[in-house]
Order: sequence, then C-alpha cells, then structure tokens
Amino acid sequence: MDREIPEHLLKTRRGEPVTMLEAISEALFEEMVRDDSVFLMGEDIGIYGGAFKVTRDFLAHFGENRVIDTPIAEGGFTGAAAGAAHMGLRPVVEIQFMDFISPAYDVITNYIATSNYRGSGPMPLVIRGPVGGGNRGGPFHSQNVEMAFFHTPGLKIVYPSTARDAKGLLKASIRDDNPVIFEEHKGLYRAPGLREVLPDEDYIVPLGEARTVREGKDLTIVTYGAMVHKSVEAAETLESEDGVSVEIIDLRTLLPLDEDSIVESVKKTNKLLVVHEDTRTGGIAGEIAIRVSEKAFEWLDGPILRVTAIDAPVPYSGSLEDYFLPQTDDVLKAARYLAAY
Amino acid sequence: MSDTTYGLGRAELHELYRALCLTRAAEERLELLQKQGHVTGGLYRSLGQEAGAVGAAYALRRRDDGSGDMLCHTIRAAGALFLFGGELIDFFRQYMAKGTSPTRGREANVHWYDFDRGFVGPVSPLGTMIEIMAGMTLSFRLRDEERIGIVFYGDGASSTGAWHEGLNFAAVQRCPMLLMVENNQWAFSTPTHKNTRVSSFTEKGPGYGIGAESVDGTDVLAVFDTVRRAASLVRSGEGTRMVELKYFRRKGHAQHDPQDYVDPEVIRLWEKKDPLHLYRARLLSNDWASEDELVTIEKETFELCRVAAETAIAEPYPDGSDAVLDVYTDVQTPRPWTRAENPDPSLA
Repeated sequence: MDREIPEHLLKTRRGEPVTMLEAISEALFEEMVRDDSVFLMGEDIGIYGGAFKVTRDFLAHFGENRVIDTPIAEGGFTGAAAGAAHMGLRPVVEIQFMDFISPAYDVITNYIATSNYRGSGPMPLVIRGPVGGGNRGGPFHSQNVEMAFFHTPGLKIVYPSTARDAKGLLKASIRDDNPVIFEEHKGLYRAPGLREVLPDEDYIVPLGEARTVREGKDLTIVTYGAMVHKSVEAAETLESEDGVSVEIIDLRTLLPLDEDSIVESVKKTNKLLVVHEDTRTGGIAGEIAIRVSEKAFEWLDGPILRVTAIDAPVPYSGSLEDYFLPQTDDVLKAARYLAAY
Repeated sequence: MSDTTYGLGRAELHELYRALCLTRAAEERLELLQKQGHVTGGLYRSLGQEAGAVGAAYALRRRDDGSGDMLCHTIRAAGALFLFGGELIDFFRQYMAKGTSPTRGREANVHWYDFDRGFVGPVSPLGTMIEIMAGMTLSFRLRDEERIGIVFYGDGASSTGAWHEGLNFAAVQRCPMLLMVENNQWAFSTPTHKNTRVSSFTEKGPGYGIGAESVDGTDVLAVFDTVRRAASLVRSGEGTRMVELKYFRRKGHAQHDPQDYVDPEVIRLWEKKDPLHLYRARLLSNDWASEDELVTIEKETFELCRVAAETAIAEPYPDGSDAVLDVYTDVQTPRPWTRAENPDPSLA
C-alpha cells in the first residue's frame, strides 16, 4: 500500500522554494523511497520528528523499522549503525546536537574510519546533525565538530551552506560507500534568505568539490557553512566601497579537501583569507595555509590570514557569543587589510 | 556414572576434539614461530579457554554463503574463528603480517573479516564490538532473517561505556545477539574484582532486562549445550542474552607478560582443569573415542599447523607503499613527496 507523501515534503515537486532544513528532509525522504536499505536512527526522530523536525512524519510513512528512536547513547547507536552498514544497510544517524557526538568519537575514529582499510569492505554510513552558533545555545548546543574528525583518515566531512547543496550533498553522502560526517548549521536551517526553488529532479552534488560562490581578482576567501554568507556580505561591501574584487570559495566538503580549487583561485588572486566559524587553533585554516604554501608559495603577494571564532567554549550570553563568533565586520576588516597589503 | 553427549554423535564429538586440538596446536606453533622471529606483534594464548570458544561456535549455524550466524571472536576465541571457516594459514599470515594475509598486513592476529563465512574482525577496544554486533543483529531482525550474532569479549571490556551502550541498545531493540563474556579472572594485570563489584557477570543481565547464565568454560560439552539453548531463545525472538564462561587465563595477557602477579599455585590448580585433557579423558572413559582415533586427530592437527605455518613463512610481506591504498573506497591517499625520485613539495 502506497502511503501518501506528507504535504510539507512536496514543495520542490510543486515548484515552491524550500529552506535548507526542508531540503535536508526532502533528501532523506527521497533516498528512503529510492532505496529500501536506507534507514534512520537517532534520538527523538520518530514520533517527535527530531529536535528540529527534520524527520517530521517520517515514522508514520516508513514505520518503526526504518525510523528508529534510540536510547540516549550516541556511541551505542552510532556503533550499531556501523554494524548494520556491514550487513548492507545504509544507515543515516542523527546526532540531536553535534556537540553530543563526542561519546561516539571512539567508535567513529577507531572502528568506523578504519573499517575499509582493515578489510571490512564499504562502510556506507552518514552521521548528520545540527552544528554552529549564533542561537544562544551555550557551550553544548553550538559547537562545530569538524576538526575533531578532520584528522582521522577514512572519514569524509561535509558542511553545506545552501539548500541546494544540502540536498545534493546529503544524497551523495547517503550513496557514498565511506563514512560521512554531515554538518548542518542550525542558523541556516530556516534562514529566510536561503529559501530557494530546487530542481525537481534527482540530483546530487559530488563530495570533494568546492564551489566558487563569487568570482573576483584581488583576493580569495576560502570558507564554508554559515561563514559563506557573512563573507559574501563583506565582499559586496568591499566591492561597492573599496572597489576590491573578492573571490569566494565555499568548500562544501572539508574532507577530502578540494585543494585544487583553492590553489587555482590563489594563483589568480595572489592573496588568501580563510574564514571559519570553528575555533582558531587547529582550525582548518592551518591546513589550508600549509597546502597553499606547498603548492602556490610563489604566487602569494601577502600573508595568509584567517578570521575565526576565538579559542574558547561557546558562551551563552548574546554579547559574549557575538564577540566569540566571527562577524561580517571581522571578515570585512581582514579582507580590507589584506587587499591593501 | 552416566555421562551425556547432549545428543551429539560420535563423529561430532570427535569434531569438537579436533577443534580443541587445532586451537592449541596453532597457538603452540605460533610460540615456535615467535621464537624464530616470524611473529610481528604480540602473541596471545587462549590456553585453558579453548573449550569456551569451540563449544559455543559449534552450537551455532555455520555457513559459507552469508546466510549463517555471525561471530565476533576475540584473541582468546581463535577456536571459534576456525570453526566458522577462518583459515589456519590466514591465522599465521595475520600474525606474521604477510602481504597475503586477509588484511594484507594492515591488521594483526585474529582481526580479520569474512561476512560470507560469518565473522567480523574485532578491534582492540573490545567493548566497541558489542555496539557493532548490536547493529549487525539489528539488521537480521529488520530483514526477518533467522540469524543470530555471538560476540565474545573479556571481563575487562564489560567495564566500558561502549559495552553498556551497545548492550542497552540491543536489549531495547531485541537484537538477536548472544554475549559471551570470557571471565578468565584477569584483564591484563587487573583482577576481576577491580573491574566489577558483582561476583558473576550474569548479575549484570537483569539490569538490562536480559537473561544470563554461567557455564564452566573448561567443559566443552557443557558450553555447547548452554550456548545451544541460549541461541535457540535468542533466535526465537527473545532477543539479547548473555552467557558467562568461567575459567582462567593460564598465560599472561600476551607472551611478553610473565604474569608474575598471579599466584603460581592458582595456575597449577587450573592446569588440572585443562579443557583438552578433561575432554580427552571423557571421550576415552565413555568409549566415545579410541586412543588411536584421538592420536590420529592430534597428529593431523599438529601437521596441519606445521604445514600452514611453513607455507606462510615463505610468503612475502606487503610492499610498504601499499600503505596508501584503501583508506577510502574511492579517494586516493597521496604518497609522501619525499619518497619520489625527484622530491618536489608541490607533489605533496
């Protein structure tokens, strides 16, 4: 018996714009329809539909064998997902807030990431969930977790900035035979400015390919996630007020890193600013800087600079969090400094 | 005194003895190989624990087409691995880190996979394997397959968070999983009473709403019977259960550990409970086997190990540069630029 598709998951089919959150829901839903081996596990994803309602009405549609509410034990159910993946299923695990992924760090890094190398064969597993600050969530509902996993060979890390990319990247992640950590910035989930009409077709966005958000010739900003939008704001100001032309690269996938796109852009603009919402020390800017040093040192006409969050836990109070997070004005000032260098 | 074969025929009783002999012969061969410098890493014995692995594995559905039960063995359950179809020669190749080994030299000892034959390679933090097997057996339930999973782990692993999270998940989801806790009284140099306040690991069962029972892990037939009954309950829909194997680790954690922290008198007592000797005597006293038949099995298994080890010794180690392969199924790990003929950092 074919169940009716819930109304709110038909927006793309009706040609209506969707938010990033709706795009993610559509991706999950369509993949579950397309492939019986795809199933979901996580906390409160069933009757409640997930803390952010990404899986609203999924339980009624797919039943409790494909939408599994788990005990509060991220290590346990992430490990169980890996076991199911061994047996040919394609689990998608939701971490309610990615801050809570730490109990699963052991199984992700020691087991899941090493699995193919140790000879188990494919490990098709997606671990997805909300990240990022700006919502006054405090230290445990605001973190970015990419760099806790960036150092682990065998994992892929995806972090979209638009509805279109989120849908295409999530579909690609679910179809990937390697474990993928998929970060969704909660500040972008329902951002009105990100609503867009998506192609009414089964498209994917390949992992490992950055996107040039905006072409420019004076300097390059490499960024991802919510910072893409702040960087665009800064670039527009720079263009109108200073006549500086900024190229923006949205990494989209952090691991594997699309080094070629970064290097190509730096060779064109000769200056590089890296912007990330994650904290500073050990942030991805360091890795990008060394790669540019290896591959494009002769092309640089200035220091590689970065704009990041400060090295602190994510604070709760608005004034503190706003200070903690990189703001558009920080990007603007850094880009201005670099342009004048 | 009447004894029972638990319904096993003469050939099956001999098969069990053969599996016990094979385990011991393989490990004794390894000791020799280690002295000769052929073993790459640590060497771990299951001396005194062979019957727990063999009796349990013998009670399960072993297939080679991916339709049977699933085993997650440990370093001290090599006997189960062999019964599930793990090749003797692969065991030696793994220990010797040969390029011909199932993991092509990337992983050690019993840590290898074969989903068709039905075993999953453990990782060293063994508590993790409870989580993994919970998910494997979840897939059996979701697909309505009549398969179960059996996962071995030491008493030390019972202290980990992964053990708790995996077991709790499995119990709630009624995953057809049988936990086999190898209570050999030592976790490396830490005695069981420093890992837990319970006197038997079965006491943990009720905390998860699952059935649990203990069995003498030196008695291969008792283990077989206990696991057969437990497996039947697991398979029939009861979900997760636990069996505790009670025995003693008669060698150190690994060969490099002389276990001088153990009272030698206790070790001597447990030598009298040697599972091979006990079973051998039982086979003879009940006239389930003749001395000649047993000697034939002993000679055969010794010879199998000798030949497999000799063959493996002659095989090549992996090419070092193969280290970059298979980190992903698709993305290629770059080779170090300093290893190129003309080093150039832009090739990094």
